[in-house]
Amino acid sequence: MPKAKIARKSTWVDMTAFVDVSFLILTFFILATKFKPVEPVEVKFPSSVSADKVPETDAFLVTIDKDGRVFVQMDDPNARKSIAENLNETRKLGLTPADIKAFTNAPSIGVPFSAFKQLLAMDPEQQKNLKQPGIPVPDSTGGELYYWIRDAKSTYAGKKTSWLIKADDATKYPVIRNVLDAFKRNDINKFQLVTKFRDAPVGTALWNTRQNQLGTGKN
Amino acid sequence: MAAIEEGGGGGHKGPGVKKAKKLSTRVDMTPMVDLGFLLITFFIFSTTMAQPTAMQLIMPKDTEKPEEQTKVKASGALTILLGKNNGVYYYEGDDPTKIQASDYKKIRDVIIEKKKNTKPEDFVVVIKPNDEANYQNVVAMLDEMSINEVKKFAMVNISPQENELLVATEKANGI
Repeated sequence: MPKAKIARKSTWVDMTAFVDVSFLILTFFILATKFKPVEPVEVKFPSSVSADKVPETDAFLVTIDKDGRVFVQMDDPNARKSIAENLNETRKLGLTPADIKAFTNAPSIGVPFSAFKQLLAMDPEQQKNLKQPGIPVPDSTGGELYYWIRDAKSTYAGKKTSWLIKADDATKYPVIRNVLDAFKRNDINKFQLVTKFRDAPVGTALWNTRQNQLGTGKN
Repeated sequence: MAAIEEGGGGGHKGPGVKKAKKLSTRVDMTPMVDLGFLLITFFIFSTTMAQPTAMQLIMPKDTEKPEEQTKVKASGALTILLGKNNGVYYYEGDDPTKIQASDYKKIRDVIIEKKKNTKPEDFVVVIKPNDEANYQNVVAMLDEMSINEVKKFAMVNISPQENELLVATEKANGI
């Protein structure tokens, strides 16, 4: 009986197609996604049927986590500088120019005014690791958040500012009410709540309207 | 490496015949694939796909003067109370003692029914979350307003009497 001969085949696999696919996916991810913004706390925000995009410029963002801690964030470093100077003057914080400069690099603030200077003295890495206690908003007077908003309002005066509120699903309503009151005391009555998009339920009034809009849009 | 070297290339042409070894033009792509997928993994973890949306909320200006306050006809008013454990309660008109329990699914039918039976200019929904309600409840209810295209609605602080009734109803339902 002859010995069965097994042909020696090359095990070389052509990886070129694999490279093509992986770089195609990579390109897709680079183009279709955005870098996660730096966030002081993780907030799981609710969903709504609203389809408006969150404005990115001239925005003043109040973040509330599930324990009711309040943080403020401003995207524009110049605005941050001006707010710090205002607050320094009106609240007698005793900030040095170096502190104000540090504030222009700090993405978010969640400490009472008494600890503000101390926070700015830290380097960014320390700031990130610090568990900030939140800006005090104890009651309907708006607490210290009132002053933040007041100075932000004067800084952004003349611009179309977006007042964003981002809160966690589990945040209790009294904190929300106090934050809204802090805005209302500054005569700001128009807010934007940050939410996730979800479709309007089928058959409801809004769904019908949107379907009609789609229909007329095509014609 | 994606290939296992096989021994004895070149072939045997006999002595004296020297042939230049043919070099393969194939490039090993394996490290490139590794790199590609490493970058993909990095982008998946450090970026975000979902763009958050913004929900408009316009609150009325607080005023003490009665002539500046918006008058609401009792017949067209639907008051929705939000309690703890995602509880939803409602009453029609101005009598809080007629409070009824509901939930986030059933409340839509209540709103639609009320909207159908009321003159459009009189219809107004008043949302009153109590201290136990959470942000998700509030947004869900504001969302319900835009889903059902309720033109007039307001978020108002709950009165002590209503809060008592709400807590009593919650107790009666074992919450």
